[in-house]
Amino acid sequence: MPMLKSEINTRSDAFKANAEHWRTEVGRLRDAVAAVKQGGGERARARHLERGKMLPRERVRALTDPGSPFLELSQLAAHGQYDGEVPAAGVITGIGRVSGRECVIVCNDATVKGGTYYRETVKKHLRAQEIALENNLPCVYLVDSGGANLPQWPDVFPDRDHFGRIFYNQANMSAAGIPQVAVVMGSCTAGGAYVPAMSDDAVIVRQQGTIFLGGPPLVKAATGEVVTAEELGGADVHSRTSGVTDHYALNDGHALAIARNIVANMNRVKPQTVDVRAPVAPAYDPEELYGVLPRDVRTPYDVREVIARMVDGSEFDEFKKLYGQTLVCGFAHIHGYPVGIVANNGILFSESSMKGAHFIELCSQRHIPLLFLQNISGFMVGRKYEAGGIAKDGAKLVMAVATTRVPKFTMVIGGSYGAGNYGMCGRAYSPRFMWMWPSARLALMGSDQAAGVLATVTRANHERAGREWSAEDEAAFRQPIIDQFEAQSDPYFATSRIWDDGIVDPVDARMTMGLAISAALNRPVEDTRFGVFRM
Amino acid sequence: MALFNKILIANRGEIACRVIKTARRLGIRTVAVYSDADANARHVAMADEACRIGEAEVTKSYLLADRILEAAKRTGAEAIHPGYGFLSENAHFADAIDAAGLTFIGPTADSIRKMGLKDAAKAIMEKAGVPVVPGYHGDAQDLAHLTAEAGRIGFPVLIKAVAGGGGKGMRRVDKEADFAKALEGAKREAKNAFGDDRVLIEKYLVKPRHIEVQVFGDTRGNAVHLFERDCSVQRRHQKVIEEAPAPDMPAEMRRAMGEAAVAAAKAIDYRGAGTIEFIADVSEGLRPDRFYFMEMNTRLQVEHPVTEMITGQDLVEWQIRVAAGERLPLLQDDLAIDGHAVEVRLYAENPARMFLPATGQLKVLRFPAEGEGLRVDTGVRQGDSVTPFYDPMIAKVITHGRDRGEALRKMAGTLADTRVIGMTTNVFFLRHVVTHPAFAGGDLDTGFIDRFKADLVPPTPAVADRQLALATLHVLASRFAARRAAHGGDPFSPWDDVSGWRINDDGHEVLKLKSGAGEAAVTVHYRRGGTIVLDLPGGSATASGHIDTGGDLVATLDGDRMRATVLREGNVLTLVSDGGEWKLELVDPMEVDLADEAMGGAIVAPLPGKIIKVMTEKGAKVARGAPLMILEAMKMEHTISAPLAGTVAEVYFGEGDQVQEGAVLLSVE
Repeated sequence: MPMLKSEINTRSDAFKANAEHWRTEVGRLRDAVAAVKQGGGERARARHLERGKMLPRERVRALTDPGSPFLELSQLAAHGQYDGEVPAAGVITGIGRVSGRECVIVCNDATVKGGTYYRETVKKHLRAQEIALENNLPCVYLVDSGGANLPQWPDVFPDRDHFGRIFYNQANMSAAGIPQVAVVMGSCTAGGAYVPAMSDDAVIVRQQGTIFLGGPPLVKAATGEVVTAEELGGADVHSRTSGVTDHYALNDGHALAIARNIVANMNRVKPQTVDVRAPVAPAYDPEELYGVLPRDVRTPYDVREVIARMVDGSEFDEFKKLYGQTLVCGFAHIHGYPVGIVANNGILFSESSMKGAHFIELCSQRHIPLLFLQNISGFMVGRKYEAGGIAKDGAKLVMAVATTRVPKFTMVIGGSYGAGNYGMCGRAYSPRFMWMWPSARLALMGSDQAAGVLATVTRANHERAGREWSAEDEAAFRQPIIDQFEAQSDPYFATSRIWDDGIVDPVDARMTMGLAISAALNRPVEDTRFGVFRM
Repeated sequence: MALFNKILIANRGEIACRVIKTARRLGIRTVAVYSDADANARHVAMADEACRIGEAEVTKSYLLADRILEAAKRTGAEAIHPGYGFLSENAHFADAIDAAGLTFIGPTADSIRKMGLKDAAKAIMEKAGVPVVPGYHGDAQDLAHLTAEAGRIGFPVLIKAVAGGGGKGMRRVDKEADFAKALEGAKREAKNAFGDDRVLIEKYLVKPRHIEVQVFGDTRGNAVHLFERDCSVQRRHQKVIEEAPAPDMPAEMRRAMGEAAVAAAKAIDYRGAGTIEFIADVSEGLRPDRFYFMEMNTRLQVEHPVTEMITGQDLVEWQIRVAAGERLPLLQDDLAIDGHAVEVRLYAENPARMFLPATGQLKVLRFPAEGEGLRVDTGVRQGDSVTPFYDPMIAKVITHGRDRGEALRKMAGTLADTRVIGMTTNVFFLRHVVTHPAFAGGDLDTGFIDRFKADLVPPTPAVADRQLALATLHVLASRFAARRAAHGGDPFSPWDDVSGWRINDDGHEVLKLKSGAGEAAVTVHYRRGGTIVLDLPGGSATASGHIDTGGDLVATLDGDRMRATVLREGNVLTLVSDGGEWKLELVDPMEVDLADEAMGGAIVAPLPGKIIKVMTEKGAKVARGAPLMILEAMKMEHTISAPLAGTVAEVYFGEGDQVQEGAVLLSVE
């Protein structure tokens, strides 16, 4: 396969300046992640340990195979919200290897607000379940949560995609043959009681796990009965009397060992649906990505420089190289898995849109997973292009992206604006996974454009009313808009709201993709039936 | 004259294997014999045929001359090689073989008999002019006569009871003034112990060295010697290191000893391989007039390889040829010494506990490749067992160099790379011996091991950072080696990665290792690019490690490369490196004693019934499994026993009470 030839001079000043900038940014990302990993702080952690419990991340480590990777999701959920008091939204989610099988793991962090559910906690939990459902991955819930956060109830309880959806998902995944395993390592109160109850297999830790619909305070308030938590819903009650749990564990380690056995005995075989080859490292060091990415999202560069640092052997078999050149399409391998890559190299025109749609058809026909590398300010605008049918050509691309049944993966490596976000498989197009790089910017439109559009409208209003609007007034009008859009297009803003599955260090992107493709292949690649392409 | 077409080897272990090797080279078919314990032994696998001769105990197998002879007849073997030990010096066996019309590959029964009686042998040798330890063995027992004899022999002397044994009636006397008193004591003791107060007097050797000479005779009247071996380093009166030639042996003394040995062989018309054991008094260095005949071994010696290495001869081939009636392959003038050879006997034994024999399975048994002056004679393979039935020798390791220094260096290196795991062995002890300055200096005598015991058997050092690091690296490297080769349709899955990958972060994990009573935590940091940093109790180290094709761990710690052999059984790691062996246990946080499962819970009635007996009371201490109550139900008695050791916290029912299924009968804490 042809190998990409890098044109970048890694000794140039621009390269070095870029590299320094992105190393700093990645340092910021790693610091933020490291902070989140401390959970609810030193005191809460100490209290947790005093009770003989394992810290949540140690639980995940012990549950997964020794030394195996953990593909954590939405690490920075709720980042910058709630005064920073709900790190990671109080729940750890991700994909891990358990007894040789890729599983979705949802692990409450009781050191964060007692593991109670905030808006982002619910969203993160549901997103993990969605990933499990789409990719046919067994779910292991390590439960240690006080349930819904009471003052937050309007954001977590009533709506379709709120707390109740967790159990709806468990029921429907179980129905679809996706195993649901709960390990009760702390409280499972009220609605939370249904996590173990709705699971296929449930484990409980003695003198630590409790399951009840109403806790002792509620029981006392409702009936006057005075009862301890252990008597009401401890491991002995549920393993010996009620039968709510199936396995009685002596401690966290024992419970996790039982969970590993449960997964080991699931009798699931990973299907073989793609032609896998032995993986080869890229010919160009992925660390060079820091120097490749421009500091300003508006600076153009050749996206092949990124591809060359992500794919096996830097080998890329490009499709329609000379046609619709603002969209780069081609075949490559990542960690041995075949992928079709769709990457922006400028604004989308009719030709590039049609080329993209054609390429997606090819990959769909051939069951090749798709990787979208987003760096798009949008579709071309203007009279000539509207007349040329950019809307219907753009629609072809959107149709192909929306309806293809091959696994789709999206990495936002630069701008992700407006309809470009749609055409390049943004969140609304249900990619199996979507990550943003620190270099990403995601917004309805660029801040200058937004300010410009609003200024134009406002100036027209002023002129209609016959009022004077000075240049100073306009500048004063524009600045807050620019500031707002800048702040809101920051990847941390997006990831905090779980508009993605996390920010990823560009150097980790290749491994992330490899793990994600492998996990996605737990569901056989299906045949696609496209809708009507407007011709 | 034709050699034999087929021989039977009436032995086991390394010597049987060694004989088979030579026989095969000469085109002779081989028959092995084996006991039940040896059915899968190496010598059985090597031989062309094999016959079971009995049970594991030697008296029920390898010492049964009739069965062995019967096997030889049945298989058509024309000759029998006895190896060493077992029946090798049994005159009846040699006779029986002769009577059966087969050939005994060894001396005549007559030679065996003559040399079998130690006193008679000495008399024969003395008559033939072979020097024996000066002494007095006469009947006159009066003080004056004995004092005169002691003076003639020269002090120091040893007074021994004629009927003696076990040190009773034995006195060392350093000067004439002490003689009368010592004699009186010796006689009194002898009288009390044996009812016989007769004594003999022998020269006491202050610093004795055990030097023996290999001799060979044929049926045509030829006898040669193949130079000497020094076997002075002994423990429990058994040889552990032998070498040839003897260090610092003066040519004159070698000639004198060789001539004496040949004279001894000729004195009994000796046929085949034999060894004349001498004791040399080296209190004034090696001197041609200070060596004395001790005894003659009428067989091939364990340590014969050192002679083979310095002469370039195959002594088993010589034995076979001579037994077949051929002339000695070489005569005295054709024989010369080439360089120096050392042999160590690798034993399953514990040097720290008086060299007590050990048994067990050889879970790991590895030697450096033979050749380049290295020879390993062994009768076992990795996976075999050392049983209590037979000699616990695992192997003989022999090195040959241009001089003693080279042979010893090779031996030290070979022992450093020898790996035996599964039982205590003397491998580290042997290495300490061959690298000891006194040994290197040739300062040898039979008291060497006792004298330098502190150097040779140092206490095992405690587990340090280095061992923790090596154990940790082995755990990590074996994870890598055990990565799934194929996982369904996902043969190269990145999920098989074992470097603790985490998104936007470096992974880490904590391994806990127990050694004895101590426990240490090692934090493993997985850095980007595959580097590992270990946080050890004494500080951090950058590390890497992989398992090589031989199964060894090749590790790098802060840039220093090292090797270790690690055997992992479950969570127990046996680590061999740096001349030591350590045992460490990887603590599994997920391991619990499942017997405790019922803990904290009450003991409930398994079915409805009546309590007919209560055998405990509140506050009683009970052992796990102790019967506590008997419940009669469905016309059957059910014993309710303690699910764990503890104290009875409460007894809820008494005798005669009816209970429902699931009723809590009592609780144990």
